[in-house]
Amino acid sequence: MIVADKKPVEEIIEYVKDSKKILVLGCNECVTVCEAGGKKEVGVLAATLRMYFSNQGKEDVQVDERTLERQCDHEYLEEIRDIADQYDAIVSIACGVGIQFTAEKYHSIPVYPGVNTCFLGVTEQRGLWTERCQACGQCILAYTGGICPVARCAKRLFNGPCGGSSKGKCEINKELDCAWQLIIDRLKAIDRMDLYEKLFNVKDWSTDRAGGPRKVEREDVQI
Amino acid sequence: MLRALEKGADGVCVIGCMEGECLYKTGNFRARKRVEQVQRILQSIGADPGRARMYNLSSSDGPLFAKYAGEMDAQIRELGPNPMKKKKQSAA
Repeated sequence: MIVADKKPVEEIIEYVKDSKKILVLGCNECVTVCEAGGKKEVGVLAATLRMYFSNQGKEDVQVDERTLERQCDHEYLEEIRDIADQYDAIVSIACGVGIQFTAEKYHSIPVYPGVNTCFLGVTEQRGLWTERCQACGQCILAYTGGICPVARCAKRLFNGPCGGSSKGKCEINKELDCAWQLIIDRLKAIDRMDLYEKLFNVKDWSTDRAGGPRKVEREDVQI
Repeated sequence: MLRALEKGADGVCVIGCMEGECLYKTGNFRARKRVEQVQRILQSIGADPGRARMYNLSSSDGPLFAKYAGEMDAQIRELGPNPMKKKKQSAA
């Protein structure tokens, strides 16, 4: 999932302090799971803003709440078409994708981010999310035991660990697992150490962000 | 908790089971985290975080409940009425 973290409320207040009618817009997908931008967080942020404005003597400021199934699809974003024009600010607490798509669709209304979008990752335990994928566009997990050296090796190495790997940990942080140690352990576990002998060619990074914004276009599903 | 304070409650007191004795295992620990979150939010908007408190006690501990209720009462009397209540009344 896309992992996001809440922005400090002081930062959000700074964005909307001069607004009169604000919509706090959540998303039912990834940001709900990582407890940064779902219905519960919409309620907390909206109540916080209402109390802030009330404390400032701005009783006339209205803060409403809405959570969409997704903010990254036209059909769900259309659900606020009839009400969007009422607001002079939308605080989206979806991921950066949802925030941008909301801003694209509602061109004349300021849309502010209520979260910092961090990475593609997993829930290791409640309150702990860690990165697993950098969406490089050319997956090599078949050869690395299902562990990604692009996302998990600090140097993005493709042919074994560097000299900084010590006792299974990375030199940049003693608490960080060496991705290549994990890969070797996993290849041993599935009896595929032959894959460790395979030399990777130079990676084609044109499918990564280096080539600018990317797109996936599939004629087989396009109408 | 935030809804109650927003509507003008002078304070919100959450009472959970004794730590380690919750029927829902970690329910009271999660409740404490939420109270702490509310305290941080109150601080961030310039309100007194003391308006939200968490206590733990057993269901059979009446005298301790009365003691905690007294503590909470004293705390919110010291803080005075919730300013949001006053503003809501003057707006009405």
